[in-house]
Amino acid sequence: MDEETLKFDAIVVGGGPSGMCAAYTMAKAGMDVAVIERGEYPGSKNLFGGILFTTILNKLIPNFWEEAPVERNVISRKFSYLTEDSQLAVELKTEQYNKPPYNNTFTVLRSKFDRWFSEKTESIFNENSFVFSGFTVIDVIKEGHKIIGVVTDKEGPMYADVIICAEGANSLLAEKAGLKKKPEPHDMVTGVKEVIALPSEIINDRFALAGNEGVAIEFFGKAVEGMVGGAFIYTNKESLSVGISCSIVDFTHKNINPNEVLDKFKEHPSVKNLLRGGETIEYSAHMIPEFGYDKLPDLVSHGIMLVGDSAGFVNTSHYHEGSNLAMASGVMAGETAIIAKQKGDFSAETLSLYKEKLNDSFVMKDMKNFRRAAKFLHANPQVLNDYPTTMVQSMVDYFTISERSKVEIRKDVIGGLIMDVKFIKMMWDMNKARKVLL
Amino acid sequence: MNIEEALKEPKKLTLEDKLFTVKYNPAKESHIKVDNEICKKCTTNRICLTICPAKVYELEEGHTEVHVSFENCLECGTCRVACTDNAIDWRCPQGGMGVCYRFG
Repeated sequence: MDEETLKFDAIVVGGGPSGMCAAYTMAKAGMDVAVIERGEYPGSKNLFGGILFTTILNKLIPNFWEEAPVERNVISRKFSYLTEDSQLAVELKTEQYNKPPYNNTFTVLRSKFDRWFSEKTESIFNENSFVFSGFTVIDVIKEGHKIIGVVTDKEGPMYADVIICAEGANSLLAEKAGLKKKPEPHDMVTGVKEVIALPSEIINDRFALAGNEGVAIEFFGKAVEGMVGGAFIYTNKESLSVGISCSIVDFTHKNINPNEVLDKFKEHPSVKNLLRGGETIEYSAHMIPEFGYDKLPDLVSHGIMLVGDSAGFVNTSHYHEGSNLAMASGVMAGETAIIAKQKGDFSAETLSLYKEKLNDSFVMKDMKNFRRAAKFLHANPQVLNDYPTTMVQSMVDYFTISERSKVEIRKDVIGGLIMDVKFIKMMWDMNKARKVLL
Repeated sequence: MNIEEALKEPKKLTLEDKLFTVKYNPAKESHIKVDNEICKKCTTNRICLTICPAKVYELEEGHTEVHVSFENCLECGTCRVACTDNAIDWRCPQGGMGVCYRFG
């Protein structure tokens, strides 16, 4: 760092998982790195539903769970469809996930986790590297086409050979730098969440868990008023993360407030009893970029790379995988910056190595695979609504005990099913859904 | 926690109750500016009033201009995306200010 001009090898804008992975990767190679975080501390602005996927983190910091503030290791994933008064669920629970590396799936509270990750990263920084918390980056500094630094709202300008933009879902800086446009309502999802405190013994008892085991339950259908999106309950050590997230365009069309959807979800008979005795200790809201592969921004320009949510790396599927993609992109951007420094060339051409790395990895492969998922669900609302609702009611009828013979009941149920929905159309749609969503 | 407490029906919380659980570092200046000229010709059926998870936007009785309670903002940015008229100039609050999640 040059004392007079504050010059670094790299500036990372945003202290979330993608930015911190970039910083960690570059710091390991001895680079001078500045992470600029707008919150009081890294993590203070950050939240997600609650599952951190950690294949990348475990490579960066082996056995991180022994020291990181993870909540629980997820041994059970449950998918649950709600109608007004019923629930149909599939649960996978396996001991195979209950030993290191715990299927690389942990529940996490981001304010705690991100702060730990930042401290961990700082511990390997050289004397010219810093995490600056409480600074909002308001613009980039350009020299011709090249981005050479950033302006913050406090200190003077800060310069670097490369800027890694990891500012998250609200990526105003990337917009200012001309790499992307303001997102449209169907590009973004909004989630609201409550952290609901409960003693760990109660959680273990209620969800049939022991020790540090956790469960992740996703809900669809009536859980979110039939919108494209879902609801969730994730178990933390001594709390539950309970929330909903849906497409902004759906909230707009239904003219409904996200918090009202959450309140209704919490009132559902299949949900209410899981929350008994709990006390809400934090309410929160956040956006998720779900514009998908076809609308990805320019990931690279002269002197800048986009990573994580600001790039839109969320695979819009039932995996709900964002954090792992974010961390992978951070590592790859960091590796690219190291090579660019060796070459002394930070042009878009050199930095496009980052795009090659992404294309060769699960990040782009998964983004590509699920590229049509959100669009399909928006265009075919019957897939998340009419079909499963009919299926659930058929099952309710099938298991309804009466003095009629089972043969009669089965005939009625199957006959009713074929009469009720356009059977061929349903089979056709479900086949398409399987291709697009799985 | 005894058994009775653990089995109690969860309390119904108003949005105000929920916002009370959030820690903020209050900023002096608003990070949200609304262009009232555009707002007057709103084509989104005033979506900001409905969609904001923290009800930052309110239309007070007898007023035509939207009141912005920026100090309640959870910084999700939904309003900016939902307002397709581009009437909302939403920026990040001053460094260190605004919402400060303790759990996240």
